[in-house]
Amino acid sequence: MSGFNFAYLDEQTKRMIRRAILKGVAVPGYQVPFASREMPMPYGWGTGGVQVTAACLTPDDTLKVIDQGADDTTNAVSIRKFFQRTAGVAVTERTAEATIIQTRHRIPEAALTADQILVYQVPIPEPLRFLEPRETETRRMHALQDYGLMHVKLYEDIARNGAIATAYAYPVKVEGRYVMDPSPIPKFDNPKLSNSPALQLFGAGREQRIYAVPPFTQVVSLDFDDYPFEASKAPHACDLCGDPGSYLDEVITDDQGGRMFVCSDTDHCATRQAAGHRGRLSPMEAAQ
Amino acid sequence: MYVAVKGGERAIDNAHAFLAEERRGDPAVPELSVAQIRQQMALAVNRVMAEGSLYDPDLAALAIKQARGDLIEAIFLIRAYRTTLPRFGASNPIDTGRMAAVRRVSATYKDLPGGQVLGPTFDYTHRLIDFALAAEGLTPPAPEAAPLGPVPRVTGFLDREGLIEAEPASDTTPPDLTREPMELPANRALRLQALTRGDEGFILSLAYSSQRGYGRTHPFVGELRIGEVAVEVDIPELGFAVEIGEITVTECETVNQFHGSKTQPPQFTRGYGLVFGQTERKAISMSLVDRALRWEELGEDNTGAPVQDPEFVLMHADNIQATGFLEHIKLPHYVDFQSELELVRALRVNSEASE
Repeated sequence: MSGFNFAYLDEQTKRMIRRAILKGVAVPGYQVPFASREMPMPYGWGTGGVQVTAACLTPDDTLKVIDQGADDTTNAVSIRKFFQRTAGVAVTERTAEATIIQTRHRIPEAALTADQILVYQVPIPEPLRFLEPRETETRRMHALQDYGLMHVKLYEDIARNGAIATAYAYPVKVEGRYVMDPSPIPKFDNPKLSNSPALQLFGAGREQRIYAVPPFTQVVSLDFDDYPFEASKAPHACDLCGDPGSYLDEVITDDQGGRMFVCSDTDHCATRQAAGHRGRLSPMEAAQ
Repeated sequence: MYVAVKGGERAIDNAHAFLAEERRGDPAVPELSVAQIRQQMALAVNRVMAEGSLYDPDLAALAIKQARGDLIEAIFLIRAYRTTLPRFGASNPIDTGRMAAVRRVSATYKDLPGGQVLGPTFDYTHRLIDFALAAEGLTPPAPEAAPLGPVPRVTGFLDREGLIEAEPASDTTPPDLTREPMELPANRALRLQALTRGDEGFILSLAYSSQRGYGRTHPFVGELRIGEVAVEVDIPELGFAVEIGEITVTECETVNQFHGSKTQPPQFTRGYGLVFGQTERKAISMSLVDRALRWEELGEDNTGAPVQDPEFVLMHADNIQATGFLEHIKLPHYVDFQSELELVRALRVNSEASE
């Protein structure tokens, strides 16, 4: 695309974002303010992730973009096209082939490697925001490690419901210091945050924050000794690839209560099917 | 048999083509030109420039055309374009005291040096639909008056008597929220910057709430002036300032009662509004909100009103941020919803078991 710099943003802006990323890497889990720019897609569509990706991309990178774990959801398609147009980089749907993966709401099922960067799109970076609306106050709480309010909230969940009633964007503590919002990934994905060989970067455009989990950083989901954290998912196997351990989307198939469960990670499901794995409703079995 | 939902790419392309067709409307009806929008929808153009933070009427008119008249969408187009523009430098502060005003009114003095000049205002029109406008025709020319030269400021008269708070001049470079993340607590320059590009409806309602008792501001419009001001830039090679153009701005200075505090005698205080283009509803609203936000420095009580809370006002005034975050909830959330679904099912099992 003529008239725009490589990966859309000008070099001064990228440098500003890279400084914020470096600071984030140096202080894992700490939210670094950055001068987020208006992007040509709306706030809420992943402008933070897009800016982080733009600042990290080099012409040799291979980019994968997923939304809800899938490469073919409309917003993933739109962001992938944006970088094809503005950066001309190679793109892929294969997790293993990507050097940068931008994601909304999922961590891929396949284990990531040290050669990969996972960029999360973050709507509300502040894990304490719904307990305390004021930024001036939450920054103070982080500075003092004043996380009592969060534990009280989790305790009240248990007192009321018998369980911690948070299913996604489940708060974590990074390297024993900062409480962090892992973005709205299902809590099923939380264990993958910890000790990952990949660099994990989080971008919140509208809220003007970047934070990071460097490779091999300890990330612990908040819980209590007698109510330990549990990474839950639908108690089914994928109906297309038969995987009993992947995170599933529930798809309503008719108006009679019929439903099926399929992997939310489309690349994971396709890879398994190509390797001959079959599920309850696989086309091959239907043909038999 | 289930077939995975594919074809997002084709769906997007087709949706864009449909949108372009709808934007044009019936091809039998002549297409709007950018010049027509700029000339005949000038107040919409002004709003887009003000909230887009870019003074370019032709570009704003084009954005309105592209956005099918959705002004927030047009503002978004302008903002996204603006952020790609290189910054060559900063102008000197504009001098609204030397404004060539087309409108200048004061609510505090019946007559004053320079006079009351109504200009092109809706104020005293009767809001009757003018069916004659449906038939296109020539508008008779308005009577001409001699252009208004620089006129003194109303707050200047009060200042001379020491009746209004002093506002010492300062050459401090103001913060720039388009280049630095918003810092809280924000100083007045930063607050004014956020207010001038904030959503007109939001600022209006906040100002209105302060008039109705949620953080009272007791305002009078000391002066409202609209007109062209010169923009000057210092050219280092030349060693002096050069005028690079003129822009139209609306400036509102309110005069507010103040009963005095431990350190200050009773006096009037100021609220300030300055907005691109002829945008007087916005400029007046801005000056009320500005004044209400100053409660702390003036030693007034915080009554807990929303308009007194800088973080509430500043973090929610930007309509591009607001509309983006609001509308993003229509994007797919299957994964989060699925996890909630399982949680609710599990909690129901728990609660049934305990019954």
